[in-house]
Amino acid sequence: MRESEGHAIVPSVGSRFDNVRKDHFSYLPRHKPSAIILTKQMAAIEIQGLEKSYRTGFFGNKLKQGLKPLTLSVEEGEVFGCLGPNGAGKTTTLKLLLGLVFPSGGTAKILGCDLDNINVKRYIGFLPEQPYFYDHLTPLELLDYYARLSGVDSRERKRKVNTALARVGMTDSGKTQLRKFSKGMLQRVGIAQAIVHDPKLLLLDEPMSGLDPIGRREVRDLVQELNEEGKTIFFSTHILSDAETVCDRVAVLNKGELKGVGVVADLLREVSGDVEVVWRGARAIPALSALGARCHATGDVVRGLLSERSLEAALAALRQNQAHLTSVTPVRATLEDYFLARIGDEKPNEVNA
Amino acid sequence: MIGRLTAIAYNTYREAVRDRVLYNLILFATLIVASSLLVGQISLEINRIVLINLGLTAISLFGIVIAIFIGIGLVSKEIEKRTLYTVLAARPVRRWEFITGKFLGLVMTLTVNALLMSVGFFAAVMYVSHGLGRGDLSLVTAIYFILLEYVLITALALLFSTFSTPIFSSIFAFAIFAVGTFAEDLRGFAQMATGATRWMMTGAAYLVPNFAALNVISQVAHNTAVEPKLILLNTLYVMAYTAAVLTASVWIFERRNLK
Repeated sequence: MRESEGHAIVPSVGSRFDNVRKDHFSYLPRHKPSAIILTKQMAAIEIQGLEKSYRTGFFGNKLKQGLKPLTLSVEEGEVFGCLGPNGAGKTTTLKLLLGLVFPSGGTAKILGCDLDNINVKRYIGFLPEQPYFYDHLTPLELLDYYARLSGVDSRERKRKVNTALARVGMTDSGKTQLRKFSKGMLQRVGIAQAIVHDPKLLLLDEPMSGLDPIGRREVRDLVQELNEEGKTIFFSTHILSDAETVCDRVAVLNKGELKGVGVVADLLREVSGDVEVVWRGARAIPALSALGARCHATGDVVRGLLSERSLEAALAALRQNQAHLTSVTPVRATLEDYFLARIGDEKPNEVNA
Repeated sequence: MIGRLTAIAYNTYREAVRDRVLYNLILFATLIVASSLLVGQISLEINRIVLINLGLTAISLFGIVIAIFIGIGLVSKEIEKRTLYTVLAARPVRRWEFITGKFLGLVMTLTVNALLMSVGFFAAVMYVSHGLGRGDLSLVTAIYFILLEYVLITALALLFSTFSTPIFSSIFAFAIFAVGTFAEDLRGFAQMATGATRWMMTGAAYLVPNFAALNVISQVAHNTAVEPKLILLNTLYVMAYTAAVLTASVWIFERRNLK
């Protein structure tokens, strides 16, 4: 492990991004230890061929790949969603990034620093899936403990703890022991501990799981609010509507393998391409059915759903049959459509990752 | 680094106290009060000896049991409850700092516990002997050796906690404590063997922690002073042994995937 306490973090050399990054780092004097200054151009997370295999079986003689070589980049200021069913490799990816498990291959950088650089963790907030905390503590004590571990200055600590609690609406419960909290309240405390030290990058593992609709909405709003403050947010979820609402980009994982990555709208375009055509005149139905349209007639009004590629031919057929065109509407795909199109036919992985 | 170590140590201490570990003191107090009243009935000659034997053995065993039962969960419970994710994942805490902090926290708990028990013990001795004499300083030495026992057994329980389940860890820890109590006898047996067996037995006998050397209870009960040389040697021995065991714990924990 590299010992770099008391020094400014120095970006490691050898990466193809180094020429860009070096200009954006500031080397601060020793009395201000390990400070990082980020700029818009820098990737917050840079993953190159990161993979993880586990030994399974009674004698540990079987090898199971929890994560196949993954290459991914999350830009600073993004809200990035990591999607996939249970066992897809989402949590494994997070644990690899945070040094809880060690990679079998590949490299990754967080905020321009190697994973074994412990000081970069001052700038990371992490919410584990179904968080458990020291339940003998109160939220105030817990956050104070975490802030202390994160190196928050003692003069700043009380203010930061109170601010974090207020942001998750827990000010009134600050002095109640955590063992008396519900799951939703624990999730809020989890988010508070992730932001108490004002990190630049937030890694959230299933932040909305176990919450009621109001709680989910509040977390979504908080994620957007934190993002507006300039924080990069990387979160894993299997709730696709949440990802669709808040993410700039998403990656889809299944069986430890990256199935697709990109801007949500672009990904949806890949699986979209259907249009709904409405016209008057049932005579045109056979012609459009021949083009692959799924037609449904209500009296003289017919709705046909067909591929965008067949639209020109369909419009020609309608003209030919003297039908009266009422509307042509593109059908908006959801992330669920994308998800099912990419991994719908694959069984989820058995590795609990 | 010091700030993080003290924060982890204090949290471990606070957890033990809030989990009502110190309630054992009530049992100890009852035991010591009952025995001091009872021994007063037996004989003026031996009542002091019985009380010292009983009191110091209780201080030792109470602490050993607490050290093992909390020690075996120091790391495994944190992994099982996933509380250490939020400590190690996104805080600048090194794994060795976590191990050392947990160790110091439990030693602090045991020390506070022992000090409170010692207050009750000395009160009972004063009651039975109608005061304290200069010779009673050796009782302080015996309690110091008991604290050294705690340090050693905590380190061992912590070592087992880094790679084993709580049940196996407790079996290992109790077994090694039992074997270590007879360490002197083991060394004696080894001397009686011959050839390669002798070398192997001697190696094994010196490998187990020598709890026997830390037990001076019957000696101080009979008013025999403890040699300063033994205090020094025991201190150095426990420091070296603990350092080796903690190093092994860190070595294992540093390589462990926290799934």
